[in-house]
Amino acid sequence: MKTLLAVDVVIVGGGWTGLLMAKELGSRTSLTVVVLERGGPRGTDHYGDDMDELDYTIRFRMMQDISQETVTLRHDVNQRALPLRQYGSFLPGSGVGGAGEHWSAVCPRFLPDCFELLSRTTEKYGAARLPEDHAIQDWGISYDDLESHYARADLLLGVSGKAGNIRGKQIAGGNIFEGWRSAEYPTPPTKIPYFSAVFGEAAKSLGYHPYPVPAATTSRSYTNPDGVSRAGCTYCGFCETFGCMIGAKAQPTNILLPVIAKRKNVSIRTGAWVRRIVHDAPKGNGRARGVTYIEGKGEEVFQPAELIILASWTLNNTRLLLLSGIGERYDPATSEGTLGRNLTHQVVFSAATAFFEKPLNRFMGSGASGMMLSDLDGDVFDHGKLPFLRGGTLGARTARSLPISDCGVVPKSVKTTWGSEWKKAALHYYDRAGRISFSGEHLAYVGNYMDLDPVYKDHFDDPLLRLTLDWRENERKMVEYVVPKAVEIAREMGAKEVTPYSGLRRYDATRYQSSHLQGGTIMGRSPEHSVVNPYLQHWQVSNLFVLGASVFPQNASANPTPTILAFTYRAADAIVDGYLKNPAALA
Amino acid sequence: MRRREFLTLSTTSIGGVLVYSLDREIFRLSPQGNRPIRIPLRFFSQAEARIVAAAASRIFPSDEMGPGAREAGVAVYIDRQLAGPWGRDRYRYTQEPFEENAPTEFGYQGKATPRQIYRQGLQGLKGFDRLKDGEQDEKLKQIEATLFFSLLRQNTIEGMFCDPMHGGNIDMVGWQLIGFPGPRMSNYDDVDQHYGEAFRPKPVSLREVTGRKVRPGEDLE
Repeated sequence: MKTLLAVDVVIVGGGWTGLLMAKELGSRTSLTVVVLERGGPRGTDHYGDDMDELDYTIRFRMMQDISQETVTLRHDVNQRALPLRQYGSFLPGSGVGGAGEHWSAVCPRFLPDCFELLSRTTEKYGAARLPEDHAIQDWGISYDDLESHYARADLLLGVSGKAGNIRGKQIAGGNIFEGWRSAEYPTPPTKIPYFSAVFGEAAKSLGYHPYPVPAATTSRSYTNPDGVSRAGCTYCGFCETFGCMIGAKAQPTNILLPVIAKRKNVSIRTGAWVRRIVHDAPKGNGRARGVTYIEGKGEEVFQPAELIILASWTLNNTRLLLLSGIGERYDPATSEGTLGRNLTHQVVFSAATAFFEKPLNRFMGSGASGMMLSDLDGDVFDHGKLPFLRGGTLGARTARSLPISDCGVVPKSVKTTWGSEWKKAALHYYDRAGRISFSGEHLAYVGNYMDLDPVYKDHFDDPLLRLTLDWRENERKMVEYVVPKAVEIAREMGAKEVTPYSGLRRYDATRYQSSHLQGGTIMGRSPEHSVVNPYLQHWQVSNLFVLGASVFPQNASANPTPTILAFTYRAADAIVDGYLKNPAALA
Repeated sequence: MRRREFLTLSTTSIGGVLVYSLDREIFRLSPQGNRPIRIPLRFFSQAEARIVAAAASRIFPSDEMGPGAREAGVAVYIDRQLAGPWGRDRYRYTQEPFEENAPTEFGYQGKATPRQIYRQGLQGLKGFDRLKDGEQDEKLKQIEATLFFSLLRQNTIEGMFCDPMHGGNIDMVGWQLIGFPGPRMSNYDDVDQHYGEAFRPKPVSLREVTGRKVRPGEDLE
């Protein structure tokens, strides 16, 4: 194995977190920084000709090559895990920019109490109300600690929206249930397409507090504090599973690469597939010495580095630590060990599919243009007499109405799935059907976790990551509670027929939920219950930091990107202002 | 290399517009009398292509609602997909062991590739294209629950509504039927207008929008 010249910092993964950290360290220090991205290169204007539903949405052009690596899944420890052979419930991105390129750019913050979920919930409802097999934890920091970093992330992306709480002052028209903001959104809300506007009106008349979806598909041209300018959104509708053709959607390639490109101390190596973090600390304290990776030509090389930043896609962070033997593997039988624990997804589904008489022109919109409401989120409503904890948001975005994906969404009164009668209904309803979506919180449980699969391997013969994951009664009851409310809104919107969501059963790997998976390398206040400290520094290996949603102790109902970026800023500050001056444990 | 096979269609059945040359360009061809059109096939035999064309057109028929799978060139679309990387399972994790009877929440776990599923499925439909419409429907109902049928149905929808560069949706007939304008660059002035009424701009293909030929996925690798 060839050993390369040592560098100061190696960053594993060239997505949102890896490139933001590269930008921060590259701009604020003179350290040599190398980003290792296993996918291909991309430039700032990469997406001139990607607006093709078949290759991008149906065949997943922008995703990781699933023929090389996937994960396995089982619902509980008694089942035999099977590989996810084709993409379904989540979509990991690949190439420079990662999943940050193909996201829909929905950009909310988490509710403040999410960060102190265990203590706040226990305080209010008592420990007995928590599910018996829960693994809920506090994060080790509060919303107040994070707000200034959220504000930086909002400015970086130029998020469009309407604040509902500026320094404690409630503002009508924004999300009045959100945590305080130090300032208004950097850009005004996006335009609101018809279907979403009707949802907003109906929700309001039923007493809810709808607000425009916070969007990083920016409503007008915008220049961020780094001097990077982007055009405003044109509502072409090709956002999710696509890169933005005009760069109106904030993506790592269009807001981070231009800054990185000017820094001679930062380089990005593509086609670099990291297999191990090399270290001298199998257990207890020690140091990481660098990483080994396979180069494009197939040769394995060793890249020594002083500081290692693990910033790959959320699940792969856990897998790389498991493969490298860093930290103690979690054992669900004893709840001992920390690596791999607290795997969560997000409870996302179409709560009500509504069929209207009038056409909706749903091809116009963006991944994040729409209206949503938080009246049923978190602990905004009292759970004292309800059979579940927490909640989620209901929303009506107008995005991604593409004909292969959406042809055939017809009311239940249509009994056929092919032939003339079905064709007639499919054509009629294609632009008369709209979804009211629920995005709900997924609690952490003792039995939902990750380890290495004993059977299936990737193309380098390394074991695949195994997910042990299923829903519990808390999620199922939450769904039962929220679906009738979505149906009521659909009726108020004037829907002639409504198909309510049929309910959560077992975790279904074939139905797209969201690409928001959390946990495995969670943060917390003590090394007994978490993998990284509140600065995202590994408890046992102090020159290793882990970025991304793998550090979230549990899901928080809202989409994670702004929170991921806020934590990355906070970690960058901790490295620049603390760790580099005194390279030791920060907590 | 196998003998080149052709899908022969009468010009009346497809409106006389559809021809693929050997370099995979689509050409418009005016019907000359009633001379049939011969389309070079990449994967199917002529007999198989006829069956697929007939079955797809029962799934998405040409009827009083407008054109269907036949006019959109769905059989040609499916032929190209099967010949390309998707057909040989390039987009699936195919390491053993397989589990042919896995619960549905785990998705298709079997060993057969789309090419094999089609080849086997078509074995059971010999002579299908010579049956009457009603008999064809009966036959399809018998196989409705099979993996082959669900692939055929999904591929038919894809061939109806894909960008024309993939061989289906010829002349954007599918998009015109359903009211989808294709990759329209900007809806800025319209997105908050036309509330409650159909806004149907003339469809444009990716090639028209970009002004250049885009390489479709089935031609990669």
